[in-house]
Amino acid sequence: MDPILTKHVREPNSFTLDFYLQHNGYEALKKALTLKPDQIIEMVKASGLRGRGGAGFPTGMKWQFVDKKIEPRYIACNADESEPGTFKDHLLMERNPHLLIEGCAVGCYAIGARVAYIYIRGEFFHVQRILERAIDEAYAKGLLGKNILGSGFDCDVYVHRGAGAYEAGEETALLESLEGKRAQPRNKPPFPAIVGLYGKPTAVNNVETLCNVPLIVSRGPEWYVGLGPEKNGGPKLYCVSGHVRRPGVFEASMNITLRELIEGHAGGVRDGRTLKAVIPGGSSVPILLPDQLDTQASFDAVQKAGSLLGSAAIIVLDDTTCMVWLAENLLHFYRHESCGKCTPCREGTDWLHKILRKIERGEGQMRDLDLLSNISANIAGKTLCAFGDAAVTPVVTTLKHFRHEYEAHIKEGRCTLSADWRARQPVGAH
Amino acid sequence: MSFHPKMAYDATFHRSARRREDEGPPFAYTAENRARFDEIVKRYPPDRRRSAVLPALYLVQHQHGYITANGIRHVAELLGITRADVEDVVSYYSMFYTKPVGKFVLNVCRTLSCAVNGAERVTEALSTKLGIKPGETDPTGTFTLMEVECLGACDRAPIVMVNDAWHECVKPVDAARLVDDLRARGEVVLSGCQHVVERRR
Ligand SMILES: Cc1cc2nc3c(=O)[nH]c(=O)nc-3n(C[C@H](O)[C@H](O)[C@H](O)COP(=O)(O)O)c2cc1C
Ligand code: SF4
Ligand code: FES
Repeated sequence: MDPILTKHVREPNSFTLDFYLQHNGYEALKKALTLKPDQIIEMVKASGLRGRGGAGFPTGMKWQFVDKKIEPRYIACNADESEPGTFKDHLLMERNPHLLIEGCAVGCYAIGARVAYIYIRGEFFHVQRILERAIDEAYAKGLLGKNILGSGFDCDVYVHRGAGAYEAGEETALLESLEGKRAQPRNKPPFPAIVGLYGKPTAVNNVETLCNVPLIVSRGPEWYVGLGPEKNGGPKLYCVSGHVRRPGVFEASMNITLRELIEGHAGGVRDGRTLKAVIPGGSSVPILLPDQLDTQASFDAVQKAGSLLGSAAIIVLDDTTCMVWLAENLLHFYRHESCGKCTPCREGTDWLHKILRKIERGEGQMRDLDLLSNISANIAGKTLCAFGDAAVTPVVTTLKHFRHEYEAHIKEGRCTLSADWRARQPVGAH
Repeated sequence: MSFHPKMAYDATFHRSARRREDEGPPFAYTAENRARFDEIVKRYPPDRRRSAVLPALYLVQHQHGYITANGIRHVAELLGITRADVEDVVSYYSMFYTKPVGKFVLNVCRTLSCAVNGAERVTEALSTKLGIKPGETDPTGTFTLMEVECLGACDRAPIVMVNDAWHECVKPVDAARLVDDLRARGEVVLSGCQHVVERRR
């Protein structure tokens, strides 16, 4: 499949309005404004578009759930992109910001919202500048603001920059953060579609999700469905990083397999090494082993293989990677990012990290392994948001597939891999 | 199985571990920042001014270098919320500094994709060069070294974020030179953000 979302990203002016207009930009918005809002929701439903933020929930259904009796309504675009290994939204916003703005405007029209907030993570200062410039351009051309293109529809799009919190990516935590509070999730239900931003109905959508909407409106749902396997239509962005020759963002239909992505697009594992494990959907999902590489990289197929497609962040690890160290590295992340609202997650991630560090240093005992499983079992499923399940996944999955490495650390009192396993030299591909 | 971590059940235990913010000099936005603030507040419904707390705090940090108790007071007054509300936010988000930092804050990404590409060595090299540990500022007040979590550009690993700008594909051997370059020529030496898709295909 030829790239669609990222077709022009390498061209120097791809982020300007002039360039975007020359390439059929804002045609979808023009078309949308001639349709009824319900028709757009029906189109999105027919396209089967599934949320690209991690959960893969059908976007059309989400929009339908938005309570149309209450005013005002909002769109909150989730551009927090903090899942380790994910960098696709970053690319879209940086190189194709008008596609996102158009998606926001069409989305607002569909659910009857007048304001969309794009919540970007604190570290994306340069992205904020690009987006704000693009938004200004759109206002100047009458593509945003009052009475867009003479249709009587008003829509404002604002950028709201966070300040360094992974948890702000969780949809209700994002809304709290937008309201000027700590990014800590709310109880669900009620879901944001009913009680969201400022207590009003809100659709929270990922950047890539909203970028797909203009395509569906302009080219029709049938075309979109035809691009991929059943229930997994449309173009998909994959982020491949780790021990590969050519890390990067690759656009493909979900017919593609993990092998084609890793060995074809990303150039395979770096020289002289063999593949050890693949994390197919960001740090929060279970590991897949080399013999599972022929799995189709679609939401359903990856789930069937025992993992999740998540944010399509494929992290590739070669035979130099110590799996105890990997779990320790990721638990450091989760311990740091836990929002602290529920006890199992706040305390448990710290305990897990402490024990992993002890084992990694070679000071572990065999009973620590049971302790790890025990603590994990007491976090998963017992927390307010999905962070808890995500946080224990690296521990559970490495213990499941690489228990012998843990045991070797404990028996030998050190890591048994060769001394340079911590990648003294980076992959020389850049 | 029970697990009892060792805890300091002494007189200090129930006190907040967090040091209070510096009082700092009296604080008010400059005219320029005030104008910017007034413009930002308009993005939110009139009865929801609190939403502007993050941008308002960024302005304080930009103006003063870090966030003081007086800065917090100023933001609280402008937004019509309590100081505790603002402090709550400041203490939660990791990008707000409550003590002085160096002119250049070097944030090295330490998460998986960067780590397998040598981020630990980058931190080590910077640490040796500057003679400080992560989390510290060098005696001249020019550099602060920090370790941060995934910055969302793992294909360009390892990444170092210097203040608001990015420096990508930092090889451990080049890390020490970055310090000299920054000192001599400032932020222009940074690579910026250079995502490339479908590279060489
Ligand atoms: C801990 C946690 C972190 C999340 N981080 C992100 C994120 O950074 N970006 C994102 O788009 N979705 C993230 N999500 C998923 C959102 O909660 C939500 O499902 C998504 O924004 C919905 O948009 P979509 O339907 O378009 O995928 C996160 C979820 C959890 C539980
Ligand atoms: S699971 Fe963790 S991140 Fe989620 S609400 Fe509870 S403490 Fe916060
Ligand atoms: S791991 Fe460093 S940017 Fe993602």
